[in-house]
Amino acid sequence: MERIPILRMGEFLLVTIQVDMHDKLAMRLQDDLTDRISATSARGVLLDISALDMVDSFIGRMIADIASLSRLMDARVMVVGMQPAVAITLVELGLTLPGVSTALDVERGMQRLSQHVRRP
Amino acid sequence: MSGEHSGSLPVRIEQDVVLARQLARKLASDCGMRLVDLTKLVTAVSELARNTVVYGGGGDMDWQVLEEAGRTGVRLLFRDEGPGIADLKLALTDGWTSGNGLGLGLTGARRLVDEFELDTVPGEGTRVTITRWI
Amino acid sequence: MASLHGSTLEAIKHNHAQLLVQWVAALEANGATRNIKEQTLSQETRDFLQLLIDVLQADSGNDIVSSDWDEARRFLERLSASRAQLGHDSHQAAYFIFALKRPLFSLLQTHFSDDPARLAEQLWLISELLDTLGMHTIRTFQKTREAVIKRQQEELLELSTPVVKLWDGVLALPLIGTLDSQRSQTVMESLLQRIVDTGSEIAIIDITGVPTVDTLVAQHLLKTVTAIRLMGADCIISGVRPQIAQTIVHLGLDLGTLTTKANLADALKLALKRLGVNLGEQV
Repeated sequence: MERIPILRMGEFLLVTIQVDMHDKLAMRLQDDLTDRISATSARGVLLDISALDMVDSFIGRMIADIASLSRLMDARVMVVGMQPAVAITLVELGLTLPGVSTALDVERGMQRLSQHVRRP
Repeated sequence: MSGEHSGSLPVRIEQDVVLARQLARKLASDCGMRLVDLTKLVTAVSELARNTVVYGGGGDMDWQVLEEAGRTGVRLLFRDEGPGIADLKLALTDGWTSGNGLGLGLTGARRLVDEFELDTVPGEGTRVTITRWI
Repeated sequence: MASLHGSTLEAIKHNHAQLLVQWVAALEANGATRNIKEQTLSQETRDFLQLLIDVLQADSGNDIVSSDWDEARRFLERLSASRAQLGHDSHQAAYFIFALKRPLFSLLQTHFSDDPARLAEQLWLISELLDTLGMHTIRTFQKTREAVIKRQQEELLELSTPVVKLWDGVLALPLIGTLDSQRSQTVMESLLQRIVDTGSEIAIIDITGVPTVDTLVAQHLLKTVTAIRLMGADCIISGVRPQIAQTIVHLGLDLGTLTTKANLADALKLALKRLGVNLGEQV
C-alpha cells in the first residue's frame, strides 16, 4: 500500500510530501501521522511541501486538519517550503490556513519549532 | 501545427483526478503558460475533477487548446450525468458544501480561471466549462 | 481540385532564369529590397523558386498547410523574420511573394496563348497559390513582431520592479508610480520568487512612492502579504499614505496579520529586531 513516509528526528517528526497526492493518500497520511505523534510523543511536526506543485482545497483542508489534530495532541505543526505559485493560488482560492505556522525551509522550520517548544 | 488540439479524458475514479491534473499541466505548459497561471488552472481542474467524481458519480473531461484572434488558451469541460445541482446560487456561495469539503471547490475554481460557465439540470447532470488564456 | 498542368511546370522550369530576373526587377521597383544585399536577394529568389518547383513537381496540391509544403513554409517564416529585423513592414515582406505574380502571369500568357480556357484555369491556380503563400508570410511576420513587442513589455516590467536586498534575510521592494493590476501582479510574483531564491525571512514592500491604489491593487497587496506568510516569511508594508489607508479600510478586509510601518527606515529597524540583529544605540 502506498504511503507517505514519516521520519523521526529527535523530538520532531518530518513528513516530506513528494508525490502527486490523491485524496486517499492524503487521508491515510492524516491517520498515520496522529498514530506516530501518539506513539513517539513528538513535540512538533515538520510538513515539507516544497515538492508539491499544487495544493487544492482538499489538500489544504488536510493540512489545516493535521495542524489542529496535532495541536490537540500537544505537537506543533510547521508547514515548510510552500512554492510561490502554490501560495498565490491558495490565497486566490480563499484558503489562507489561519493558525498554521510556516517556515521557508526545513532548517528554519526546525529552528522555529525548537524555539517554540523551549518556550514555557 | 502538429499534434492534437482537443480530446477527452475519463474522470471516473479518484485516481483520474490526478491524471486530469497532469494532463492540464501538460497542455498549459505546452502553450507556454506562466507558472502562476498554470498552477491556478491545475488547481481549478483538481477541484472540478473531484466534484465530477464525488458528486457527479463520474464523468469526462473534454479538453481543447484554443487559438483565436492572436491569443492562446486552454479550455476544459467537465461533464457528468449525476444528480445535478439543485440550488445553483447556494452552490456558488463561498463556504457552502453539500459534502464534507470546505465549500471552496466551485467558487474557488471560478476565481482561478478567466472564464467559468456552469450548466446544470437537477436529475440530469452538470457541465462546467473553464478557460484560462495566456 | 484541378492541379497545375504539366506543361505549366515545364514552362516555369524552362524560363527559370528569365523569371528570376523579372522577379528581382519587380522587387527592386517596389522598394522591397531596401537594405538587402544583391547577392542575398538573388540567393533568396533562386532558393524559393527551386522550392516551389520541387513541391509542384511532387504534385502536392495547393494546400500549403500540408507537410509537402513544410520547407517552403519554413523558408517564408525565416524570410519574414529577417525582414522584420531589417525594419521592413509586413507589406514589404509579403511583396517578396506577390512580386512573382506578374512574371509568372506573362509567362503563362505566352505559353497558353492558343488555349484561353486552360490559361484562365492555370492563372487562377497560380494566383490562389501565391496569395496563400503571401498571406502566410504576413501572418508569420506579424507573429514575429508581436513576440518582439511582448518581450519588450516584459523587459520594461522587469526594469520597473527592482527587488533589493537590504540585509541578510531582508528584501525590500520599493514601489514607485501608479500601480495597475498587471504591474502589481508581476511585481508581487517576482518578490515571492526572490524570497525563495535568497531564503529571506522578511520582505518589506515600501509604497511611499505610490500616490494612490485602486481596490484591485489594494486587494492584491493584501493577498501578497498572505501568500508571503504561507511561504513562511514575514511581510512589512511601509509608507502607507492616508488615501491608500482609506482604500484598504473600505475593502473591509482582515488586517489582523498586517504589519505596517511609517517609513522604510522603521520597517528595516523592525526587520532587524525580528532577526535578532543588534546595531547599537545610534540606529
